[in-house]
Amino acid sequence: MRCPYACGSIEHAANRRAFLQTLLGGCGTTVALTSGMGGMLLSNPVMAQQLKAGRKRILNIFLHGGVSQLESWDPKPNTDTGGPFRAIPTSVPGMHISELLPHTAKQMHRLSLVRSLDTKNNDHGRGQVEMTTGRKQMPGTDYPHLGAVAAKALTPDNFALPGHILIRGAGSSNHKAAYLGPKYSSVVMEDGQPPQFTKRPDSLTVQADLERQAMRQKLNDRFAGRRRTADTDAYAYSYEQAMDLLAQRDVFDITKEPAQDQERYGTSEFGRHCLLARRLLEHDVPFVQVNHSNYDTHHENFDFHIEQLGEFDLPFAMLVNDLAERGLLADTLICVMSEFGRTPKINSRYGRDHWGSAWSVLLGGCGIQPGAIIGKTNENGTQVVDRAVDHGHLFHTILQAVKVDSTGEFEVGSRKYPIADPAKEPIKELLS
Amino acid sequence: MSIDPSKTKLDSEIKHDRPLTSCVWDPKSRFIFFGAEDNSIHRLELASQTLTHFAGHDSWARAMAFSPDGKWLLSGGYDGRLILWPSDAAQPKPQANIEAHQGWIRAVAVSPNGQLLATCGNDRLVKIWNVQDLSLVRELPGHDSHVYHVGFTKDGTQIVSCDLHGIVKRWPVVTTAETEPYVGAAEVVKVEALAKYDTTFRAEIGGARDLAFSDDGTTLGMAGITNVTNAFAGIGEVTVILVDWQPGKVKLQLECKDKQRGTVWGVAYHRDGFWIGACGGSGGFLIFWKGDVAQEVFKLKLKTDARGMSLSSDGTRVAIAHSDAHLRIYSLGG
Repeated sequence: MRCPYACGSIEHAANRRAFLQTLLGGCGTTVALTSGMGGMLLSNPVMAQQLKAGRKRILNIFLHGGVSQLESWDPKPNTDTGGPFRAIPTSVPGMHISELLPHTAKQMHRLSLVRSLDTKNNDHGRGQVEMTTGRKQMPGTDYPHLGAVAAKALTPDNFALPGHILIRGAGSSNHKAAYLGPKYSSVVMEDGQPPQFTKRPDSLTVQADLERQAMRQKLNDRFAGRRRTADTDAYAYSYEQAMDLLAQRDVFDITKEPAQDQERYGTSEFGRHCLLARRLLEHDVPFVQVNHSNYDTHHENFDFHIEQLGEFDLPFAMLVNDLAERGLLADTLICVMSEFGRTPKINSRYGRDHWGSAWSVLLGGCGIQPGAIIGKTNENGTQVVDRAVDHGHLFHTILQAVKVDSTGEFEVGSRKYPIADPAKEPIKELLS
Repeated sequence: MSIDPSKTKLDSEIKHDRPLTSCVWDPKSRFIFFGAEDNSIHRLELASQTLTHFAGHDSWARAMAFSPDGKWLLSGGYDGRLILWPSDAAQPKPQANIEAHQGWIRAVAVSPNGQLLATCGNDRLVKIWNVQDLSLVRELPGHDSHVYHVGFTKDGTQIVSCDLHGIVKRWPVVTTAETEPYVGAAEVVKVEALAKYDTTFRAEIGGARDLAFSDDGTTLGMAGITNVTNAFAGIGEVTVILVDWQPGKVKLQLECKDKQRGTVWGVAYHRDGFWIGACGGSGGFLIFWKGDVAQEVFKLKLKTDARGMSLSSDGTRVAIAHSDAHLRIYSLGG
């Protein structure tokens, strides 16, 4: 696809490359870099302060399988659907959450709850797509993942790291960028490991690699001068991104974090992934998703929620607290979502099944009123009785919280695409 | 007269307003107590068919046991509370009510002489208490996962416990103060059939959901689910694991001929040499095994999933707690 570039030259595209070359030249070799653009800027505190101020980020924690709202954000103790767990007070007067989340309860003054999701869906695949694209899934339609939208809207020019990172233990592995193009698809850190192929083969010297890249760039520039297309740009971008990743490998390495922090976050997979998320957010990655699996508890829901939320609670609370104490929470939006909730009715196997009619998500940080509760379910949680919202409202809310005009459009090629569902709007009372 | 499992039949049923979670006969077979999804314990007096409500827990209470004379009921709840009740009071009030464990109490058991109580729970602890006043005798750390069940050996000299990982431990019974050194705790066996880490869902499933000793005290039966292929859908097979207690070895894994899907929630040893289990998970069944034969001699389809079972002291009936909010009493044929 040929792109209608504003100017007919290749300088537009070369900016990024020139920046990278400067970066490389200034630091001697690529492998000597440890924190890329973020690190370089941070070495000049004044410059770092100015550039980082206002830079927005999103942390999305996806609890795969469908966390039970009754065992987390909307407990209904002493009712026919309430299950065995009690509700505990939080740091927000009058707000109670499940006793399975004692550490998170102490952070709720920084966070908010939406207790009135009615997404009308009980299917895992559809729920994942709809919650992360903000659109109703329809045959033949393909919308970009929230991470792709965030990467497109929030990634600064010449940012040396991927704008959309998925830290995956399990759960979905492919966050589509749809019409935004592969440049905005997720870079996956499988089990928290650095992205694949980011380590230079031992057999290739730094010098040989630089010369190889220079040759490739020269040929590419000649080709682009005559036949530049979106595909060739994506191709060139993928090389540049690979180089960036090579140089930034340490950003993905939590062993570079202080030993006491590694100890605090613990050895669980989710704990390690939360620390990694903190590290990436500190390096200004615009969108980080951490998957935590699994909550699809048709059988022995209560035992398994003890186990899973027991793993979730402390690292998550620690991450919220750390982001706040480091001054990052003001510019980092946090969302904890699932594909749906779980049935209020407890089945014969002590399980809860899929339930999209009345469930909850957690939001907090950048642009979100702290300590708020939006919406309400009835006494035993079977239906929303106030302020019903769905994935479309949530998508607008998340984007507007990070100062993206979700009512705007992305212009890709000659076509315009609404950033979010034009039929929906943000939950305005939740925005700060 | 010996029982004939094939002639087992439903005697009576009581409808409650919430699904049941557990049940137990009192030693004199006057009452059946049951727990339900309503944070309460309920007493059914069989002669009058009257129900009495025992209010005191703040969560589900699935663990119940009696003093040998039947005068006292001890209940443990998912609220971590341990309550001592006069079992036959017209308007029952807790005689003692203490915070016994951090998190769920999963099981309680009274020693054969009625002096001591053993409890276990999600805080990975086994604890010994004086029945009379619920004073703590001993805290027994050693498990590294939730302790699912606890019981006394027939001679009352040891406590047995089994955790989520299928680790079975023996604990010599002591009445000495906490300050005295505790010696003699030992792992008896790890029951691999009762331990599973589901790599797809990244969660543990297993443990003994109930346990019982044979009348001669030589064999321990532990109920549960095995061969789990999907923990979160409960796809696994019912089983009772028989452990030869003194050497501490698994001697037999009881199963169903048709690999019945589900979990055995209640197990009892019948004096006629039967192991009786009640299961739920894919419909309910009452299953009878005999002697050292791994497969059942008879299996009765129940109306719905069973969540608990108790054998009357005279060995003629079983009570079953059902997920459809019914307590059902079956007479064992004979």
